[in-house]
Amino acid sequence: MCETCGCSNHHEHHEHDNSRTIAVEQDILQRNNLLAERNRGYFESKNIFCLNLMSSPGSGKTTLLEATIRQLKDKRKIYVIEGDQQTANDSERIAALDIPVFQINTGDGCHLEASAVHHAVLHLNPSERSLLFIENVGNLICPAMFDLGEALKVVVISPTEGEDKPLKYPHIFHEANVCVINKTDLTPYLNVSIQQLHENCLKVNPQLRLFEVSALQAATLDEWCNWLMTFQPNQA
Amino acid sequence: MHELSIAISIVELAEQQARNSNAAHIEEVELEIGALAGVDAASLAFALESSVKNTLLENAQIVWHHIHGEGCCMDCNNVFPMKSTFFSCPACGSYVVKIVKGKEMRVKSITVNN
Repeated sequence: MCETCGCSNHHEHHEHDNSRTIAVEQDILQRNNLLAERNRGYFESKNIFCLNLMSSPGSGKTTLLEATIRQLKDKRKIYVIEGDQQTANDSERIAALDIPVFQINTGDGCHLEASAVHHAVLHLNPSERSLLFIENVGNLICPAMFDLGEALKVVVISPTEGEDKPLKYPHIFHEANVCVINKTDLTPYLNVSIQQLHENCLKVNPQLRLFEVSALQAATLDEWCNWLMTFQPNQA
Repeated sequence: MHELSIAISIVELAEQQARNSNAAHIEEVELEIGALAGVDAASLAFALESSVKNTLLENAQIVWHHIHGEGCCMDCNNVFPMKSTFFSCPACGSYVVKIVKGKEMRVKSITVNN
């Protein structure tokens, strides 16, 4: 019996008259990409500056967010979407600063997708001209592939991860618009060259805008915070 | 790990197309996966095996088209094969390179049967 159609033809190969080929020619992630564009259109219409923060676990995304919020919360309305596999620990840290926050727990998921951000935005209802930070799941591989509708992608890296990290995980550095090198205060204790790390970032992505900060030292955040305040999302 | 999300997206996309054509089965799915798309083809194939269960794709043959990476140097306009996302121009050494081929991740066609 033919395994394909169950007919009684015993020959090895025969044509099935009802078969037809449909040209699809569509991006596999088009559903996510469409939802991301929907998010992006919403942000643009309300002049919301949305940034997607990505990094390995432990690079200091949440601490950088806390320090940034402390500097900017009196100047601009700020909202945060937190992505983690489990726990509400990060959203509790943000909420302690009186910032509206929505926690997404991805369970077994390794990255955020546009649909989850859409859901979070409906809950947060961010106001016009606000700053919206999305802290992605700590992972240096998967989040690079999924557009969330952000204006810019920011990759955070710390010198403890090694100066060759951008060369070992090039995709995320290639997709990012901005790179924040965090924990620069640790360099006296490490055998790592910040300059080499800086150069490796630019080898993977010569257009990358770089900031060097220590989230624990407020004065080092001035350039980053000034840039956040002056950037016009609708001219991205 | 993201290959599972991609596999599920392939199933959703192909099933939607099949339903639009009132097809009962999908016999074949043609995929185009670029070498610089950030997808591990072996992991994706493995994820697809699980994702197609109890769907219109359950018995579909997957036809793979692997697309090689190609870069264009923004400094000297040299076009050259790219094996990874991080690759300098072999002619002038510049890292200012635009990827012109290899980021594809597409469902090219499906073959359906009533």
